[in-house]
Amino acid sequence: MQSTNSLQIENKDENIIADSALDSYVVNPHIRVANLNLKIGDNHILKDINLNIPPKKITCIIGPSGCGKTTLLRSFNRMHDDSPNVKITGKIFVDDENIYDENIQVIAIRKKMGLLAQRPCPLPMSIYDNVIYGPKLHGAWQRRKLYENTKHYLTEVGLWEEVKDRLKTPANQLSIGQQQRLCLARGLAVEPEIILGDEATSALDPISTKKIEELFVTLKKDYTIILVTHTLRQAKRIADYIAFMYLGKLIEFGTTEQIFNHPQKQLTKDYISGYFS
Amino acid sequence: MIRFRLFKDKTARLTMLGITIFSLFFLLLIGIGLFYMSLPILREKNIWTLLTSANWKPFKGEFGFLPYIISTLHVTFIAIVIALPFSLLTSIYLIEYASKRVNNFFSPIVDLLSGIPPVIYGVWGTLTIVPFISEKIAPHFVEFSTGYSVLAGGIVLSVMIIPLLISIFCEVFSAIPNEMREASLSLGATKWQTVKKIVLRKSMPGIVAAIALAVSRAFGETIAVLMVCGNIPIIPSSIFDACYPLPALIANNYGEMLSIPSYESALMMAAFLLFIIIVFFNAISRLILNRIERRYQV
Repeated sequence: MQSTNSLQIENKDENIIADSALDSYVVNPHIRVANLNLKIGDNHILKDINLNIPPKKITCIIGPSGCGKTTLLRSFNRMHDDSPNVKITGKIFVDDENIYDENIQVIAIRKKMGLLAQRPCPLPMSIYDNVIYGPKLHGAWQRRKLYENTKHYLTEVGLWEEVKDRLKTPANQLSIGQQQRLCLARGLAVEPEIILGDEATSALDPISTKKIEELFVTLKKDYTIILVTHTLRQAKRIADYIAFMYLGKLIEFGTTEQIFNHPQKQLTKDYISGYFS
Repeated sequence: MIRFRLFKDKTARLTMLGITIFSLFFLLLIGIGLFYMSLPILREKNIWTLLTSANWKPFKGEFGFLPYIISTLHVTFIAIVIALPFSLLTSIYLIEYASKRVNNFFSPIVDLLSGIPPVIYGVWGTLTIVPFISEKIAPHFVEFSTGYSVLAGGIVLSVMIIPLLISIFCEVFSAIPNEMREASLSLGATKWQTVKKIVLRKSMPGIVAAIALAVSRAFGETIAVLMVCGNIPIIPSSIFDACYPLPALIANNYGEMLSIPSYESALMMAAFLLFIIIVFFNAISRLILNRIERRYQV
């Protein structure tokens, strides 16, 4: 578990003055959300979110259904771009670049982040083609290299031994747990820096869930991982930092230890102890 | 009480089964009927000669169906070649790119287009397409064309099947789960890459089925084609030549000159041929469909 002293106060930064106080200050955040507001039509979904996501750690976003966790996650790789009626104000900095800046190429942003959806969604092609889909989009073409990469990433997610003899079979013949790991490998293959997981284990059985969780823990040495999760226990198991959201607001952010043992806000305390969910 | 409910359940099931079988029976009945009606000419002539001869001289008792068969295939082929890119790109635009408002504006118009009676398309073709081909297009390629031609038939037919194709394609594309698009987009694909590699791939079975339906429709379309294609029983040597598809042959002649020996039977055989072509085509497209479904596992 991370201890509190890894958090420091950085007064210089004027962009972020969060009312959730000192906890949201993280040194050299990988993603920095500043005054993010998101409306769908007249519905105010995200309200003044200020959040710093530390690099190469697992940050879990928790909160009751409909609090805007997923919406927040999806705004990190601009998945709202194509949704009608969505209005976003505020800034999200990834590596000190505002991704909502006009000059930013959305493709470059998305290449930096692998998204793992709630239900695994293999593309309608073979296992092998699924993994090389991303690299090929970005111009990779050397067969040998593509194969090596596939092997590397499938090994990384622990799928290589299970599928190496049937790489050419359709991906949707895999079990659902395998599919999710394939999707993870597919995401990793575009060499992102950040992994976004949107309740990535909620459709999986306990064993597959455990595998994915272990993967996240191993992967955090190379990637910044942000997970939306519904299960507090999962957050407790794997998170380094936790952001608690309620009704579109970020209520509290801190290390897992802090949030679970010394929550600052009454709401957080109630949620953690299961008064509502 | 329960027994009565079960009885009603069973009755409903059997009634529907009966009606379903009845409609299948119709298909069979039409097929057999047409075959039976064309028997006289089949007895009289060699079937091979009938199918491969280009001579259509009813008064001399010569019935060669080749020009009609070729014309039918020709016109339909041209119609599909023109209609496919149009309708495919339109529906991709409507579903993948256009906003909801544009879509809501367009779909009723497309439906309206498919509701316009064929004869109106025929008149429109005669008044605009035929002179256009005769004056503007044909002179660049051939010495002379009246404009009543394979091309005119193909164009009019394509305009008629485009709305049909668009509405089916739109259905097919909308049926693709959004997560699939998002999976592709989140890997950094552009919209166009997503459309090409995911949407089109995933909807391949639907696309083939739609084409099959459109082709069947095009094979059978009568009035509009008849009005613009010239109706001369020759094997067209270019798309600017007149042609004479099977449905036009039947519609133009049935009920007249039936005193000529074997004429009625010959027309029935034309109908039977059309029937066979369509059944055959549907069977083939079914096979292709199965293959694609197995290959893409969708």
